[in-house]
Amino acid sequence: MARTLINVPPKAKRGQVIQIKSLISHVMETGYRRDATGQPIPRDIINAFVCTYNGVEIFRADLHQAIAANPFITFFTVATESGTLEFKWTDDNGEVETATAKIAVE
Amino acid sequence: MTDIQDSRPNSQPTRRSVLRTAATFAAAGAAGAAPFLTVRRAAATPETMKAAIAKVIGEAPVAIGKVTLDIPPLVENGNSVAMNVNVDSPMTPADHVKAVHVFNEKNPQPNIISVHCDPRAGKAAFSTRIRLADSQNVVAIAEMSDGSLWSDTVEVIVTIAACLEYN
Repeated sequence: MARTLINVPPKAKRGQVIQIKSLISHVMETGYRRDATGQPIPRDIINAFVCTYNGVEIFRADLHQAIAANPFITFFTVATESGTLEFKWTDDNGEVETATAKIAVE
Repeated sequence: MTDIQDSRPNSQPTRRSVLRTAATFAAAGAAGAAPFLTVRRAAATPETMKAAIAKVIGEAPVAIGKVTLDIPPLVENGNSVAMNVNVDSPMTPADHVKAVHVFNEKNPQPNIISVHCDPRAGKAAFSTRIRLADSQNVVAIAEMSDGSLWSDTVEVIVTIAACLEYN
């Protein structure tokens, strides 16, 4: 569906609060615009974003049309253990895009 | 508008009656008595924002404080506005932020984003980029683990609105 870009620190100390940055390329079509022939352009936005850390949900966001194109979301989590962070975006058509990032916790 | 009916039965509208009708409509429109004549863009209003807030968090009282909503006060391009939300919370299992909801007044629809988190976040903060259709107030409301609600409101001036209609 789209290209994604994730920024997770590759290494962290146990208990450290780390910042996670996520970006996905998506038009986030609001449904309020019209094309050159005057036809309304149907709504097509990413409406849900979930981040899991070794399978446990740590962050979830419900997005609306007021989120700019190419949704960029940053948030924080505590580095608890080495493992994988999985990111999942779902759009109006039910298409799902995922991305993963590894983190090593000392 | 009954005074502008043509008295002659089954007649085509005369030039005079058409002119009179137009004049009446213009006067009524200027006086604000004919709301169906005024063209309005689809837009959320402070009332619809209040309704959207009530839908998400219910009718519980919302206190001001603890939340810091950081948006530049003067925005050149409403298509992409950096927004930063920070909630003052220790993020312990006993006292943490459960959710943060952000709303606007004048976009076509009032919701912006709802974020759900738990003590594992460590720090109750997030940032994203939003669209703003007009100069307006943006409200962030944080839902705490004890059920209390805290908010912050920021007034933003937008010089170029997000493309909503013909662009």
